[in-house]
Amino acid sequence: MERLRRTMMFVPGNNPAMMQDAYIYKPDSIMLDLEDSVSMAEKDAARLLVHNALKTIDYGNTEMVVRINPLSTPYGKKDIEAVIKAGVHVIRMPKTETAEEVVEVEREIERVEKELGCLGRTQIMAAIEGALGVVNAYAIATASKRMMGIALGAEDYCANMKTQRSKEGEELRLARETIVVAARAAGIAALDTVYSNLNDMETFRKEVEYIKTIGFDGKSIINPRQIEIVNEVFAPTQKDIDKALTIIAAIKEAEKKGSGVISVNGKMVDRPVVIRAERTIELAKASGILKEEDLK
Amino acid sequence: MNTLKDRQQDIAAMAGKVGKPVYDPANYAKDPTERQLAQQKSPKLASLEEAITRSGLKNGMTISFHHHFRGGDKVVNMVIDKLAEMGFKDLHLAASSLSDVHAPLIDHIRNGVITRISTSGLRGKLANEISHGLMKEPVIFRSHGGRGSAIATGDLHIDVAFLGAPSSDPLGNACGYSRSENAKSICGSLGYALPDARYADKVVIITDDLVAYPNTPNAISERDVDFVVVADSVGDSSKISSGAIRDTKNPRDILLAQQAAKVIINSGYFKNGFSIQTGSGGASLAAVKFLRESMIENNIVADFALGGITAHMVKLHEEGLIKRLIDVQSFDKVAAESLKNNPMHKEVSANEYASADEPGSAVHYLDIVILSALEVDVNFNVNVLVGSDGIIRGAIGGHPDTAADSALSIIVCPMLRGRIPCVVEEVTTLITPGSSVDVIVTEYGIAVNPRRPELAERLRAAGLDIVDIHDLQKRAKSVIGDADPLPFGNKVVGVVMNRDGSVMDVIRNIEE
Amino acid sequence: MKLNSSYAGTLESGDILIEISPSEAPGLTINLQSTVALQFGRQIKKVIEDTLSEMGVKDAVVDATDKGALDCTIRARVTAAAVRATGKDVWAD
Repeated sequence: MERLRRTMMFVPGNNPAMMQDAYIYKPDSIMLDLEDSVSMAEKDAARLLVHNALKTIDYGNTEMVVRINPLSTPYGKKDIEAVIKAGVHVIRMPKTETAEEVVEVEREIERVEKELGCLGRTQIMAAIEGALGVVNAYAIATASKRMMGIALGAEDYCANMKTQRSKEGEELRLARETIVVAARAAGIAALDTVYSNLNDMETFRKEVEYIKTIGFDGKSIINPRQIEIVNEVFAPTQKDIDKALTIIAAIKEAEKKGSGVISVNGKMVDRPVVIRAERTIELAKASGILKEEDLK
Repeated sequence: MNTLKDRQQDIAAMAGKVGKPVYDPANYAKDPTERQLAQQKSPKLASLEEAITRSGLKNGMTISFHHHFRGGDKVVNMVIDKLAEMGFKDLHLAASSLSDVHAPLIDHIRNGVITRISTSGLRGKLANEISHGLMKEPVIFRSHGGRGSAIATGDLHIDVAFLGAPSSDPLGNACGYSRSENAKSICGSLGYALPDARYADKVVIITDDLVAYPNTPNAISERDVDFVVVADSVGDSSKISSGAIRDTKNPRDILLAQQAAKVIINSGYFKNGFSIQTGSGGASLAAVKFLRESMIENNIVADFALGGITAHMVKLHEEGLIKRLIDVQSFDKVAAESLKNNPMHKEVSANEYASADEPGSAVHYLDIVILSALEVDVNFNVNVLVGSDGIIRGAIGGHPDTAADSALSIIVCPMLRGRIPCVVEEVTTLITPGSSVDVIVTEYGIAVNPRRPELAERLRAAGLDIVDIHDLQKRAKSVIGDADPLPFGNKVVGVVMNRDGSVMDVIRNIEE
Repeated sequence: MKLNSSYAGTLESGDILIEISPSEAPGLTINLQSTVALQFGRQIKKVIEDTLSEMGVKDAVVDATDKGALDCTIRARVTAAAVRATGKDVWAD
């Protein structure tokens, strides 16, 4: 079962108190940041802080992501070594423009993993934050078998596009659609950009509803207060859940009979419908609507 | 004939029989002074020094104060300075509570002016010194309800009460606000001063706004008052929160508040006619905000909110979501103004609020209380008085009273504050026993007292993250490591009285 | 090992400020100020000593101002200060 990635919470990599507390808000993924939120003078200290936090703090089942500095900076290579040695799940590449950049990061990861004897453990996700990255989205998404997902980074993208962010988000439409299609074509996750105005939860909710509609798995968030809204939007309706439960029951029934054909009310159920039903059940469980005992 | 003169002999005879004198008109000259002028000559008006002298205060006696101005109080320091100047020694200071602003007491203790203290709490330098063994006699700590009871039963006998009031007339009708143009201060309810006013042998009102008789509606009645003293200022109202509703932005407080609100909503007690009390901390206030949304959504109206009243509660009352406010202490200016202007916002004494032994005290009819804590332990015991460094830094307040008498008590307490563990094996000092605590809300899950399995079941069914308190304690320990034992000495510096007058715990001195 | 005076960390709650300077006398001198000194002072000093010893720093004066940092944070800050003081990183170039 694919893990849920409704919320990926950004946490500055040089703030111990926030790193310590991030888990309690139960985001699906936590992204510790070594890039934009850390000044040049503190890159070394933040790297050590993130390394030690990952090694020590109990983050439960939360997916742990670290946004590294690009390999073109003096920090990228050390970032990769430090976070793999601490057992990070996913390395997030910022400002990814080409598939070659992914390959370079993969090479670095492999080198460290070989040294540690854990080859293949670390996944990669790429943030697309410029026009070139959007154009290359599918190539980036398929550049490595380690690719977990691609994400939109809207601030840099807008600057690059000589525009700015609006409430309606029209300026991001093409990038979002391109990224979500590329991710789906590659069979990986698609994550939307952050929304920074914490005083406007209404627009935030609308944006989440929109990106859910066009197929994103989830949203990057900058404050725990945004988590509940995303989870609410992504929670399946009772109708969806009932339908999914019927299909799951049919699967069990078919398994019992030893039959490969799953049918509901005499109609055969296609594979995509089964996958969607499973995802609905996962979302319902994560949203607290369904409990383990309901499935027995 | 039967004229008055004829009856004089009978009058004298009857007077002799009932043991009373014969009326003498010469004793009674009618005073034609305008009454607004006449009241200015009230025999109760006195300077502070005169009032002290005429009160009959002697060395070794008990004097009392209220803490409605919290950190802005000026009365305690003003009166004790005067008593020191007048040469008094060996006094017992019985305040409803003391705070940072009372650090000058340290010198008065060293000089023997004050030798005993009774209070609900201590903070700042004074608390630190006392924790290190400043006083010969231990400080007696009581809850607000416990203090009310102790005063009523005579366990705590007050010789002279010095009660600051934002308005009083020359006869002693006094209030926690003023309706005059010269109002200088406001503190709202005088709930903690009312037992003192009623039971003290002598009562001195100290006011910074002497208003014309009659100062009605009044909190303290002239019948209980012996002296009225005018002072420049009795308290700095700005030290009471302004009451502007500023919702907490602290995400952890918001998380705790949300969880506390969910506990209430799914507890089985959240229905029309329920009653509630909350503290004034960030998480408590935010919980009220979440409750409000749910009350509107589900058409639920509360009968009353109790205790320390805040602007949040006033807002819910004004919106029709809470029928009545019962106010022992106004936590901010909005609450104080509401008490002044709204008859449904009632002022109550500490006894009517939280006495264990008064059948009518409001806590007996309280459904839900949300409380905070410095520490909780695996037996659901709570400490709100002594820091985990062994130093006194809080107040008992109404904590044990409301926890014991409510139908559902919820403690909101983070598992960790920085490196300080707040879910521990055993609390540093026992204030509220686990037998009266039902739910503990932390950022790492909600623990329900095993006494309440039905409650745990309801909350679990609602999808809340119910955890074992032992797991929280172990988790806290695994994050912060093993703490070294605190360097406590052998001297008892504080005694914690239970609300029934029994001794709950003692606090030892800390050595460094 | 030659040391330059260096520091790492902040005075924010949950963090620790570590200042390392060269010492005339042999051994480590640790001056600790902490909000939780009574309960965790010994443990904090031990983490500082262990971390410096792993990095081969033997003679130094360490001024530590702690705001309730966890051990993992203390380790990170001490390492960062030592890396800055010695100019020798723990990661490959």
